[in-house]
This record gives sequence, structure tokens and C-alpha cells, in this order.
Amino acid sequence: MSTATLEPRVHAPRNYLNADYGWKSWLFTLDHKRIALLYLVSITFFFIIGGSFAVLMRIHLVEPQGALVQPETYNKLFTLHGIVMIFFFLIPSIPAVLGNFLVPLMVGARDLAFPRLNLLSWYIYIVGGMFTLYSAIAGGVDTGWTFYTPYSSTYSNTQVTAVAIGVFITGFSSILTGLNFIVTIHKMRAPGLTWFRMPLFLWAMYATSIIMVLGTPVLAITIFLLALEHLFHVGIFSPALGGDPLLFQHLFWFYSHPAVYIMILPAMGVVSEIIPCFARKRIFGYKIVAFSSVAIAVLGFLVWGHHMFVTGQSVYAGLIFSMLSFLVAIPSAIKVFNWTSTLYKGSISYDAPMLYALGFIGLFTMGGLTGLFLASLATDVHLNGTYFIVAHFHYIMVGGAVMGYLGGIHFWWPKISGRKYPNMWAGIAAVIIFIGFNLTFFPQFVLGYLGMPRRYAFYPAEFQVLNVMSSAGATVLGVGYLIPLIYLIWSMRYGPISEPNPWGATGLEWKTSSPPPTENFAEIPVVTEEAYAYAPGEAAGD
Amino acid sequence: MRTRLGRPLVTDAEAHAHDTGLAHQFEDLEQQQEADALGIWLFLVTEIMFFGGLFAAYAIYRWLYFGAFQGGSHILDIRLGAANTIVLLGSSLTMALSVRSAQTGNRRATVVFLLATMILGGIFLGVKAYEYNQKFVEHVVPSLDWAPEGETLARLAPGGLEHAEIYFFFYFAMTGLHALHMIIGMGLLLWLVLRARKGSFTPHYFAPVEVVGLYWHFVDIVWIFLFPLLYLIGGRY
Amino acid sequence: MQSFPFQPDQASTIAKSVDQLYFFLTAVTLFFTGLIFSVIFYFMIKYRRRSPDERPKAIEGSFPLEVLWTAIPTVIVALIFVWSSTLYFRNAEPPKGSLEIFVTGKQWMWKVEHPEGQREINEMHVPLGRPVKLTMTSEDVIHDFFVPAFRVKKDVLPGRYTTMWFEATKVGTFHLFCAQYCGAFHAGMIGSIIVQEPDEYERWLAGGAPGESMEQAGAKVFQANGCPTCHLADGTGLGPSLLGVYGNPVKLTTGQIVTADDAYVRQHILNPKVTTVFGYHSIMPSFQGQLTEEQLNNLIAYIRALGKAQPMPKEAGKQ
Repeated sequence: MSTATLEPRVHAPRNYLNADYGWKSWLFTLDHKRIALLYLVSITFFFIIGGSFAVLMRIHLVEPQGALVQPETYNKLFTLHGIVMIFFFLIPSIPAVLGNFLVPLMVGARDLAFPRLNLLSWYIYIVGGMFTLYSAIAGGVDTGWTFYTPYSSTYSNTQVTAVAIGVFITGFSSILTGLNFIVTIHKMRAPGLTWFRMPLFLWAMYATSIIMVLGTPVLAITIFLLALEHLFHVGIFSPALGGDPLLFQHLFWFYSHPAVYIMILPAMGVVSEIIPCFARKRIFGYKIVAFSSVAIAVLGFLVWGHHMFVTGQSVYAGLIFSMLSFLVAIPSAIKVFNWTSTLYKGSISYDAPMLYALGFIGLFTMGGLTGLFLASLATDVHLNGTYFIVAHFHYIMVGGAVMGYLGGIHFWWPKISGRKYPNMWAGIAAVIIFIGFNLTFFPQFVLGYLGMPRRYAFYPAEFQVLNVMSSAGATVLGVGYLIPLIYLIWSMRYGPISEPNPWGATGLEWKTSSPPPTENFAEIPVVTEEAYAYAPGEAAGD
Repeated sequence: MRTRLGRPLVTDAEAHAHDTGLAHQFEDLEQQQEADALGIWLFLVTEIMFFGGLFAAYAIYRWLYFGAFQGGSHILDIRLGAANTIVLLGSSLTMALSVRSAQTGNRRATVVFLLATMILGGIFLGVKAYEYNQKFVEHVVPSLDWAPEGETLARLAPGGLEHAEIYFFFYFAMTGLHALHMIIGMGLLLWLVLRARKGSFTPHYFAPVEVVGLYWHFVDIVWIFLFPLLYLIGGRY
Repeated sequence: MQSFPFQPDQASTIAKSVDQLYFFLTAVTLFFTGLIFSVIFYFMIKYRRRSPDERPKAIEGSFPLEVLWTAIPTVIVALIFVWSSTLYFRNAEPPKGSLEIFVTGKQWMWKVEHPEGQREINEMHVPLGRPVKLTMTSEDVIHDFFVPAFRVKKDVLPGRYTTMWFEATKVGTFHLFCAQYCGAFHAGMIGSIIVQEPDEYERWLAGGAPGESMEQAGAKVFQANGCPTCHLADGTGLGPSLLGVYGNPVKLTTGQIVTADDAYVRQHILNPKVTTVFGYHSIMPSFQGQLTEEQLNNLIAYIRALGKAQPMPKEAGKQ
């Protein structure tokens, strides 16, 4: 008989999780780490909702005439799938969960610059989410997440105004988070933490925040104008009354293209943390990788017209946007080469975070290269509006951003929860996700080239085989996503307790306990070494 | 002795710092003030992008339908617009003076100038309300009451009536958004008045006054652009 | 199991060149993906951790390598850009002498009108080996006219015309899809392009045609709406003569010079006051709401025909 089971657990050290109990201590918290967890729960909820819509869509599409729902319902499914996944899952995911948790820790501060603004951000996100859920329940929206006019402003009689309000409100959550990060990184770095000693995740958060701060307000005004047009039919986007439907597209894409970089840059930042840790080597070309994040953020604002090559816009505009779109691919390519080179002569372990990071590199490379087909004017004419586009952006957003997010969750899970998860299951899940993902979306490239347009509730029979393949793959992918949900929740109660730095990683966040105390550090650290000081003789304590 | 959060007992220096309004995440007031300043400037940049989208749409339609925009502009009361511009500029002056007063520790002057700013802001909003009402009287409210007649109709018809409706849409959208920002500003000013009366601001800590001041100046600058763009199209001289 | 192809039919003059570019891009994608995959795979195995306290030396970076792998992708994308843009540019303008067909998209069908007056719904008969130029507009929301076998598509917008052209190189029936989401039955807004040998096409045109060309129908619309009252052919009317106007420059009262193309003609019919011709008063009434898209298309066909005629000599004393 062991006495251990009789001892009450009074010796667990004080940390941010057990510092206080009760729902008030969570809903009124100012602690960035608790706010990060509030976001974690909320975005998981929305991921499940958005994912459910996707499941219904893929089931529906196994039959050419549609297997499950009426076309009007299908149109609402793909619209809400897009809106929920983009605005309520992908855009917040890494910044609001991992960024909120890690930015203060990584800069060596006690919290973000504006903790109350941080909590407000979460509430704004929830209110926006409520409007969107309401619109889904009260009849749905069928305009596509792109809300093209005049269909959305004049013809659709679905809950356009409600969802516009929801997206408008949520945009401010994004803006305030970005603002918080920029000020924190500028003004609150610990002594000795110069810009070029910062971990690349911070550079990624910084570049992402610039886009959030500059781009999201344009979305806000665009959605605002759309809502006014839907309500009052004045005609700013309606040709019958003198308006220009393409004006909407320009305004919309001016934000929504940079938005995709909001979704991918953080994931790249995560990968830049994982690879050095699990290769035990400083990242190859640190400064170049840092600058490439900023370059992507800047160039990303100049390419929106590539969504409009077939709208009848001037061929000269098309040329300029095409050229700039090719240019924005270069910094991403540079990152991929630098990550790969980091592995050279490293000491590589196959833990789950590393598998996710490597999956990211592979799938992002493919997704990014298929972007070249779309930046290229002559091929885009054929491919625009088809499943090729759908495959392209899912490779980047799911194969890229979601794998990066999962990799980051797996990497920092011990820090966040103080627990470890079963590495074997985590590795299995990573592989299942990778395989399921490719099975789901690779056939869609072929479908697109064959000419199957996107957003079709039913389709000619000749496209069925590829659709069935895609839906079968989606089943595997769905299983893959369920597995981490299970073992991560399991680990919170039953997982082995983690030491402060289970991976032997560098970075200030690993120098405090797992989980960290509420105030992060007993004393503000002083930084004397470069980032990724893995080499012998570099790390403190060597 | 440990507090609830396991921190060591607050030192005298820290306690003093707490009285001065230093938030726990900052090392000292200087860092806090720099962060606040950067924060509000960044926020103003987002506001520029926000209004910017609206200005861009305005610019495109003005270029396309200049005649209609000119006709619509000439229906606005230029005297009221000019008066409002002066009023708002004056309010920026009183706002700047209140920041200065806070900076020099003059509590009474801070409150007086804040109240003066609020009064001037209120006058602006009152004039705006009157102007909006006039639009209903003249039936030039897009969608809700669009039925221009008589001399108004004669002025708007040459440029195309539906294009004129687009002009008035921008009139309401731009001045409406601006007025909304002013109302929020009035709320912030009221909050400052209440805090200033309590003596919350000292020469070492008056960041909230500065931050709201910057916001107020920004709202003023937006109006400086709106006035010529909406009221002075095509000249009248 | 039916065999499924990996590419659609190559049925137009540009399909082959688009496919060549596509395959090059596919090769580049496969090459770089394969390269990255294999290098990573190789490193993962060769440099796997063999003992828990391995501490590899840091490698800061290599400027020459960075330059190399910046330069090579830049060269490759520059090549693709030049190749693609040249192709795109070359195919941007329809060749002279194209067969001009009007397309009107509306929820959820395609209305096609041949210049000879033949009308079709969701189908378009075209002759083999002749360039066809489509002038398209929408009656409601944005649609997109997409023919995968021809590798062409163009958005179809309300309130304006967009154009595209193709030349079919294969006889047969090919898919027509709407490729811009347009509401409930977007997926049902599909049809066929039927490419026929030229003589068969002529036979099809002749059989069952309404007997009136678009130009003739347009002339009737012109008459019925009182246009000749002002637009006298000899230029002495309150409005300018329309002979020789279409396709040529026009000076407006603002001093601006514009081309009298489809967009101008359409816009001028619907909102004349803002684009009055120099030397004339702004008294033309607007026909907004009084003409259907079909009537507008017919009018345009008629005015195009007038544009080919020589303007009559002006009387002395008139502008």
C-alpha cells in the first residue's frame, strides 16, 4: 500500500492555472495566458462547427445530383464553412492562442502592453461569433464568404446583415490583438533582447500584426458599406442604380488577400521555432528569415488584383498584379530553403511537433507552388473559379496553417498545461492528418483542371470519381483531427507532469516553470545570448 | 508574508508606483507612457485605414459622377459647415490646453478645458443634427426619404438623380461615421472629467488625457478633410 | 470503371499553348516538391539523433546560398511571368472579322443571340475554325462564362459589357459552365457549346431562324423609340448622325475624347446627360428601364452596322 495516494495534493506549485478558481477568475482575467486559453476553447468550438459544415458538404458531394441537401442549403453550408473557418478559426488561431500566451513570455515581460484591451479583444470576438451563429441558425447566409455584389447586396434574401455585423465586430478583435503585439514587441523587450536576438516567432507575430492593423479596418469599412447597401439599396454596388460591383471586389480583396498572410505567417513562425529545437541547431539564415516575414507582409498588400483577372479589368492591371504576385512567392521559397538547411548536420528527433512542422513544409511547398499557376495570367483564366483554387487554398490554409497551429499546440502544450501527451498517438495523428489531407485535396487539383467549377451543389457525372476520392480522404482527415482532441484533453488530467523545459529548447518561455506563474517570471530576465543558442558553449549553463 | 499570487510583499517603491498609476506589466512610468503613446498612434493609423476605404470609394464615385456630386454639394449649407469647422478647431484648442493643464498639475484648468471641449463638441453635434433634419425637410435622404422637389430637384437633376443619391449616401455615411466617433469621444471626455475631478492626473501621470487628446485631434482632422470634400465641390465663387 | 482524363479536350486554338504552360508549371511544382521532400527525408535519416547529448555546431548561414536560392526562383518566376503574360496578351484582343455573338446571363440561364437573329438558351452553336467574339452582359448578378475545353472564361457583369473570344478547332459538344457563384442554381447554369463544320453551321442557322437579324431587330427598336427624330442621318438633327460613329473617337462637351464602343453606346442610351457630344445640347432623354437587355443588344448591333457606313457630308453652317 502506497502512502502517495493518501496525501492530498497540496504541493503543486502556484501557477497561472491554479492561482485562482471559479468562472469569474477566468471570464474577468487580465492574465494573457488565461485569455489565450479562453481563445483556445472558443476557436476549437468554431473549428468543430466549421468542420461539421465541411463534413456535410463532402458527404453531399459524393453524388453528382447531391446526396444530402437542397442546393440552397448547400450554398449556405459552403458560405458558413468559409466564414467560420476564416474569421473565427484561422485568423485568430495562432495569434490569439499561441501569440497571446507566448509573446509576453518570449519578450521577457509580465503581460502584454494592454491586458484589458486583450480581454476586450476576446469579448469582441465572442460577440461577433454570436452574431454569426445567430445568422446561421436564423436561416443562414448563401453569398459565399466573399460576399460578391450585387448578389449579396441586392439579390440574396438571407441573413447578410447579421453576418456582416458579426464579421465587422470580430475584425476589431483582430485589430486590437495586433496593436497589442506591436506595442509589446516595441516597448517591452527584456534588457538585452535586441531585435535580432528575438525568436523568429516574434518576428512572425510582428509582421502578422502589421497586416492585422493595416488591413482589417479596410474589411470593416467594406462590410459596413455592404450592410448599408443590403439594408438601404442606395446603389453604391449596384449597377442598376449607378454603382460599381467591382468596387466591392477591390475593397474586399484589399483586405482579404493580406488576410491569407495573417493566416500563414504565424504558422511559419511556429515552424521556425520547432525546427531548431528538434534539430538542436540554430536556424540557418536567421536574419533572412526574419526579413522575409516582413517582406511577405508588405508585398502581400500589393497583389489583391490577382483575384480579379477575369473580371474584365484592364490587361495592364492584370500584368502588374501578376508580376507582384510572383514576387511575393520568393520570400516564402527562401524560408523553405532555410528551414531545410537547418536540418543539415543537425541532431534530429522525430517528436510530434517536428512531424507537424515537416508536414507543414511539404504541404505548404505544394500549395505555394500551385499559387504560381494562379499568378500566371494565361493559366489563371482557365483555373479561376474552379476546384483548382479550392485545392490551392486548402493546401496552404489546412496543410499549412492548421498543421502549423497543431504543431505549435503540441510544442508548447507542456508549457501551457504542465502536462505531456502520449508521443506515439501524437505522431500517429500527424501522419493520419497528412495522408488524409492529401487524399482529400489532391483530387481537387485534377477536378479543377478538368473544369469543375467551385461552389457547385451538383455536378456532371463525369466528375464523380474524383469527388468520391476527395470525400473518402475527408473521412480520414476528420479522424486525424479527432485524435489530438482526445489525447490533449486526456492529458490535462492524466498526462505525466512536465518539467519546465521538456524539449531542451531555447527561448525565455522555457526558462520559467511549466505552467508558468501568473507573473511569468520571478525577476525580469536579462538576455545575453543569441536566439537558438543550441550549439555547445553557447547556452547558459554549458 | 506572501500575497495570494505568491509574490513577495509589495515594497514601498512598488506601492508608491501603484499610486502613480503604474500598471503591473510595466517596469516604470516612462515605459508605460511610451507604450500608451505608441498604442494610440497605432490605433489612429487603423482609423486612417478605416476612413480611407470610405474616402477611396468616395473618390471613385466623385470622379465618375462629378456633376452629381457638385449639385449635391451645393445643396449643403456652407455657412453651417464652416461654422462647425471653426467650432471643432476650437475644441481641439481647448483639448490641447487641457492636456497642458494636466501636464502642469493644474486640476481645475484641466477640468474646465475638458468641459469646454465637450461643450464645443456638443455644439458641433447639435449643428449636425440640425443639418440632418434639413435633409429630411428637403427629402434628400437616400432610400429613407428620397424625393427631391422644386429648386433642390432643379439643382440635382443635371448630374443625374440617382448619382445624386449616391452623393448623399456618402454625405451621410462619412459625416455619420465621423459623428459616431465624436459621440464616442464625448464619452471619453466625460470619463476624463470624472477622473480629473478626483485628482487622478499628476504631472507624472496624465497619459489618459494625452491619449484622448490625440483621438480628439484625429477626429478633428477627419472633419477638416470632410468639409471641403463634401461642402466645397466645384467651388461656388 | 470509366477512364477519366487528366485534362479536358483541347478544342480551341489556345488550348494547346495553355496546356503547355500548365504542364511546365506542373513540372516545376513536382520538381521542387520532390526536391524538398527528398532532401528533408535524406537529412531526417542521415542526421537523426543518435545520442541524447548530441550538440551539433551552429551554422549561421551562407550568403552565397541565399543569393543562389533567391536568384534561381526569381529567374524561374520571371520566365513563367513572361511566357504567361505573352500568351495572355496575344489572346486578349479578338481577331478582326470575328463572328460576333451576344450573350446575356441571368439567374440561372444563358441567353445567346447570333447576329443573324438566331436565339438559343444554354446552348451556343459556333462554326469550326472561325474566331468568335462574345459580347456579354448580365441581367442581374455577376456570372462567368466558362468553357473548359477552350481554356477561356470571363466574368459577365450587370450594367456593362465584357468580351472574350475563342476559335474552336474541334467539332463536338463541350461543356459551358457558370463559374462565378450567382445564387441558388449556380450549379444548374450550365450548357453546351456545339462546334460544327462551317457548312453545317450555316444549315443550322438557316433552319428555324426567326428570319430577322439582330441588326434588323435593332433598327426596329431604333424606330420604335423615336431615335430617328433627333439622330437624322444627314447630321442636321438635334442629335448627331450615327453613320460612321461606332468604333471611332467622339469628343464630349467636357472636352474629353472617348471611343464610341459598346460601353459608351450603352451608357449613353441609359444616361445620356453626362456624356453629351461636343456641340450638342444635353436634351437626349434617358431610356433607363425602358429597354430590355435584348433590345439593347439589338440596338448595339444596329449601331455597329451604322458605324460601318460612311457619314454623309455635312451641310455648310452646321457644326
